[in-house]
Amino acid sequence: MTNPKPVLEARNIDKYFYNPKKVQVLKKVNFVINRGEFVSVVGKSGCGKSTLLYILSTMDTDYDGELLIDEESISGKPQNQLARLRNEKIGFVFQFHYLLNEFSVLENVLIPGLKLGKYSREELEHRAMEKLKIFEMEDHALKKANQLSGGQKQRVAVARALINDPLIIMGDEPTGNLDKKNSDIVFEEFKKLAKEFGQTMLIVTHDPEFAEGTDRTIEMEDGRVI
Amino acid sequence: MSWKLIIEIAQALMLARMKQTLIAAIGVTFSITMFVSLLGFMNGLNTLLDGLILNRTPHVRFYNQIKPNPNQPIDQVIDPESTWNVIRSIKPSNSRLSIYNSESIIKTLEGDSRVKGISTKVSAQVFYNVGSIDLNGLVNGINPEKETELFFFDDYVTTGNPLDLNQSNSIILGKGVADRILADIGDVIQVTTAQGSQLRLKVVGYYQSGLADFDNVNSFASISTVQKMLGESNSYLTDIQVKLWDFNGAPEFANDYRDIFGIEADDIQTVNAQFETGSSIRSLISYAVGITLLVVSGFGIYNILNMMIYEKLDTIAILKAIGFNSSDVKRIFISIALTIGILGGAIGLILGYVTCLGIDQVPFETEALPTVKTFPVDYNPKYYSIGGIFSVITTYLAGYFPARKASGVDPVDIIRGK
Repeated sequence: MTNPKPVLEARNIDKYFYNPKKVQVLKKVNFVINRGEFVSVVGKSGCGKSTLLYILSTMDTDYDGELLIDEESISGKPQNQLARLRNEKIGFVFQFHYLLNEFSVLENVLIPGLKLGKYSREELEHRAMEKLKIFEMEDHALKKANQLSGGQKQRVAVARALINDPLIIMGDEPTGNLDKKNSDIVFEEFKKLAKEFGQTMLIVTHDPEFAEGTDRTIEMEDGRVI
Repeated sequence: MSWKLIIEIAQALMLARMKQTLIAAIGVTFSITMFVSLLGFMNGLNTLLDGLILNRTPHVRFYNQIKPNPNQPIDQVIDPESTWNVIRSIKPSNSRLSIYNSESIIKTLEGDSRVKGISTKVSAQVFYNVGSIDLNGLVNGINPEKETELFFFDDYVTTGNPLDLNQSNSIILGKGVADRILADIGDVIQVTTAQGSQLRLKVVGYYQSGLADFDNVNSFASISTVQKMLGESNSYLTDIQVKLWDFNGAPEFANDYRDIFGIEADDIQTVNAQFETGSSIRSLISYAVGITLLVVSGFGIYNILNMMIYEKLDTIAILKAIGFNSSDVKRIFISIALTIGILGGAIGLILGYVTCLGIDQVPFETEALPTVKTFPVDYNPKYYSIGGIFSVITTYLAGYFPARKASGVDPVDIIRGK
């Protein structure tokens, strides 16, 4: 937080939906997220916060305006470069955990690392176990993903997001699908990441309690940041 | 991008859908098995049927034909270019059937690098004398070693040893002839030549080609026996049979020498055109059936991969979200298709070979084909490589379109849709 270097910057982002008729869902969205910040985006459902997250995550490229990640403009870059960038610099946590059910917990955490190819497999396995340990999931490493409970899956998903030491972790209602108890556990883990590891995070949520625990809250209404 | 990871993911996806993957692979296996065994069997039959004629037919045959002299005396006196000479009742000249200067012709032919071997022949019109009955026939004077080497003569000698012909005054009778004159091995028969000389010959074997008309007339003896029968010298030869390394070169070869030697030269293609046509049509049909089978199994793979992609939309979306690009996703699904194709195809090739071995054991005995005891099968590696290549190509194509669809999945749609 002492380092004011911007990690993510949105400049005048507009987004339209065309089906069934043209609707503007994002109106001139501007904000900056600096390294080490733990930011939440809140707003009523339908205010465009998930849409914004998909744009920020580079998966949705159909928008107007400019997006900078790591002080580099990524608007208009080819899909392959964006995929590489996602792999290297962005970690994801989705609402419905989205682990690959065909693989074990450990492999799920490993795959983005293997894709990046920066470390050898042995080294990655070691790193993956380290990440799982943060969330006390190391005992489940060899289970199949679909043998875990929802809360456990979400913790594995966070571990997976961390494997490549991303610049920023983005979460789309990561606690939205969990009961109170699990939701608290996951929330505690996010806080731990922010405090102990200084991890930059941007979390979309509609849970005011969650938002209160973050460094900064970006509030959205009707496609605008207020 | 590491293929190892892509293959690992492809493998996990296949294991998760083991049953479907197996069904797709079995489809490929079945079609390749059928393809290989069908072609092997069909071409075995082709080779056998063609061999009936082609094996023992010389690629090029040189002989003298009795025909009118093309240079009539009047043409040398009055130029036929400027006038119209009409001659009635031209008769063939009293030319010999034997080949002039045969020794030097043989020497020339032996010097040609296209020639695999040469076998000479003397044929003589005879009557087989049985009591008071004379049966029309043809005795071929041959060199049994050469004839065996070049034209598989021994395959058609059903009883007796072809080399026994080297004893003078011995004969191998056509099966039809032997049946009609009731001659057993060891019997002595009498033949009369067209010129009237008579000779007694000892029967040392039977010859059966499978073509009844041929076997009813033809018999074989050594060249010297027939020369003696005709009262001719040992330079008397009526046919020079040439086998070439490449039988497709036969027409050209015949053309090259026809005018040089001034004798008739027949090539195998002209004489037996219909056999070529028959075999190529049969091969065509078996290829068509085999490829149809492969295409059908290709559709099977296409369907199964399509289903897999619908089931795995989540997986595809998540892979894309964590940094796999479109071509990585495409590679994953193409790897699945190719794995199915290669594994299914390889097992299919093995099973096809086994099926061929099985067909090869089925008894198939027929009067016409004395040397054949079981169904003929062609084990030409060509069919195996074609089968293998086609299985890979069809599965690649069957995988390509679903894979392209998978690579076009928009992760936002899937993740938002939940």
